[in-house]
Amino acid sequence: MSKKVLVLGEVRDGELRNVSYEAIAAAKEIAAGGEIVAVLCGEGMSNHGQTLLHYGADRVVLAEHALLNEYSTDGYVQALLQVIDQEKPEGLVLGHTALGKDMSPRLAARLESGLISDVTSLEKVGEEVIFTRPIYSGKAFEKKVIQDGLIFVTIRPNNIPPLELDESRSGDVSTLSVDVKDLRTIIKDVVRKASTGVDLSEAKIIVAGGRGVKSTDGFKPLQELADVLGAAVGASRGACDADYCDYSLQIGQTGKVVTPDLYIACGISGAIQHLAGMSNSKVIVAINKDPEASIFSVADYGIVGDLFDVVPLLTEEFKNVLVKS
Amino acid sequence: MNLFVILKRTFDTEEKISIANGAIAHDSAEYIINPYDEYAIEEAITLRDTHGGEVTVVTVGTEESEKELRTALAMGADKAVLIDAEELDHSDQFTTAAILATYFKEQEFDLILGGNVAIDNGTGQVGPRLAELLDIPQVTTITKLEINGTDVKIERDVEGDVEKIETSLPLLVTAQQGLNEPRYPSLPGIMKAKKKPLETLELDDLDIDEDDVEAKTKTIEVYLPAKKEAGKILSGELNDQVKELVSLLRSEAKVI
Repeated sequence: MSKKVLVLGEVRDGELRNVSYEAIAAAKEIAAGGEIVAVLCGEGMSNHGQTLLHYGADRVVLAEHALLNEYSTDGYVQALLQVIDQEKPEGLVLGHTALGKDMSPRLAARLESGLISDVTSLEKVGEEVIFTRPIYSGKAFEKKVIQDGLIFVTIRPNNIPPLELDESRSGDVSTLSVDVKDLRTIIKDVVRKASTGVDLSEAKIIVAGGRGVKSTDGFKPLQELADVLGAAVGASRGACDADYCDYSLQIGQTGKVVTPDLYIACGISGAIQHLAGMSNSKVIVAINKDPEASIFSVADYGIVGDLFDVVPLLTEEFKNVLVKS
Repeated sequence: MNLFVILKRTFDTEEKISIANGAIAHDSAEYIINPYDEYAIEEAITLRDTHGGEVTVVTVGTEESEKELRTALAMGADKAVLIDAEELDHSDQFTTAAILATYFKEQEFDLILGGNVAIDNGTGQVGPRLAELLDIPQVTTITKLEINGTDVKIERDVEGDVEKIETSLPLLVTAQQGLNEPRYPSLPGIMKAKKKPLETLELDDLDIDEDDVEAKTKTIEVYLPAKKEAGKILSGELNDQVKELVSLLRSEAKVI
C-alpha cells in the first residue's frame, strides 16, 4: 500500500544538507509509490524547495515564520506539528543530525509514535519496511520495524544514496503560514569552532589523528592533507584527552560515530572504543609506527611508518595526481 | 534546588559484543554507568554544592541496576530510585520515557539531567521524549551550564560549533563530553553510599498498565558486522609506498 511520506529539508549556513536528499531517497522506499512531501522551515526558502523537487520530492510545503529562520526545538516542533496536522502523513523522515536528534524524539513523544533513530539502510519485505541501524556504536547492528502507526525514522548522513538530480522535475510549492510562539530557549550567539567547512558526520573523507600526533601542532600536517582532499579532521580520544585538540573532533564510542568513504588514521593505535566509531568506514588507511597496532586489523591499506614522514609525502603525492586529473 | 539525573546501566566500552540466541549476549559482560550520564551526575553534584538542594538519580532497569545507582550515590548523589521494569517483555524508548514521565509527574523538580545518548542503543531519544511529556524545555548536548535563580545560560555543542542559549527552569538538559570531568567515587563516598536511600518502585506502584507503555517498535534481528578481510600492508621505500597507496585508493578502492 502506498503511503504519503513527509521529509524535513535541513538548511545549514544557507545550504541544503546532503542528508535531506538522502532522506528523500529513504522516503521513496517507504512511500511505495505514495507522495513525498518535503517541508522547509523559515523565510525565503522557495529556491531550496525547487532543489528538493529536483532530488525527488513530489511537492514542497514551506512553513514560513520569522521565528523559524534559526532552529529552535520549540519553534520547529510547533511548525512540524502544524504541517503534519494539514498533511496527515503516514511516514516521516529526518536526518540524524544535531537538529534531527534534538527535535525528532520530542515530536515522536507528542505524536505518541515510535521512532527508529540513526538508520543506515532500509529494505522492503512484502508490505513491511525493515530498518537497519548500528548499536553499541557499530559493534553490532539491529533490524527494526515500527509496529503500527506513523513510520518515523532519522537517517544517518552519508549512508543512503540520494536519487539522481533531475532538474526537469517540477512540482507544487505551497506556503503554509504557521503559528510559532512562546519559544522557551533563545539562541544568543553561535561560535563557529568547526575548523573547516567540512562536518565530520557528513564528510566523505576523514583524516584522523591519535596520540601519535604528539601536540596541537602535530595536527598541522593532517590538516594540510585534509585541505588537499576536501576532508574533515577527526581525532581519537587519546588525542583529545591529551589536549591536542577539541573534544568536538573525537571519534569513537564516546564521541562521533562516522562512516566516510575514506578514513585515514594517523598515529592511532586503534582501541576498541575508537574502532567502534570508525570501523564501518568504506575504506580505511592506517599509518602507524607500530606494526602490531590494532588499527591495522581493520585497515584496508596500511603503511608502517612515522606519520610525520608519511603524511607530508602523501599530501604532496595527492597534490600531484589531483592537479593532473 | 531539586536536581534529578536519569541514568542507564550499559555495557563497559571495553566489551566485545557477541550474539547468543538471536540477541546480544549479556552474561559475562561488565557494566558501567553510561559514560554520558556520568557527566550529568557530576554536573548535578556540582550544582547542588553551589546552590544547595538534593540530587536524586533515577533509572528504569532491573535489580542489577542497583550497582550503578550505588556508584552514583558514592560519587555524591543523595538519593536513588530504581524503577523495576523487568516484567516488561517489549520495551523501547517510548516505554522508558512514558515510565519516567509517570514518575516525574509526582515529583517537584527544577532540573533533570541525562546523557545525550547511551552507548548501547544509541538513540538519544529518552531525554527529549521525557521533556515533551513533562511539557518543559530541553537543551541537548550541553557543554556548559550556569544557573542564576531560575535563569539558565547554556553552551551546547552543535556539530562542532558552540551555541549559546538562554532559558529558564524547570528544564531538561542532556550532557555532551566536555561538560566536566566526572569524579571517581572516593572510599568514604562508597561507605556513605551504602546508607543512602535507594527506593525501588514497581510499575504497579506507579499505576502503570503494561499495555499503556508497550513498545512502538520491534527488533527483529541482531547481528554482527561482517569480519573484514585482512588489509594490505605496503612495503618498500617509503616514497614508493606512498605512491602505491595513492594509486590503490584511486584505481582499486576508487575513493579519490
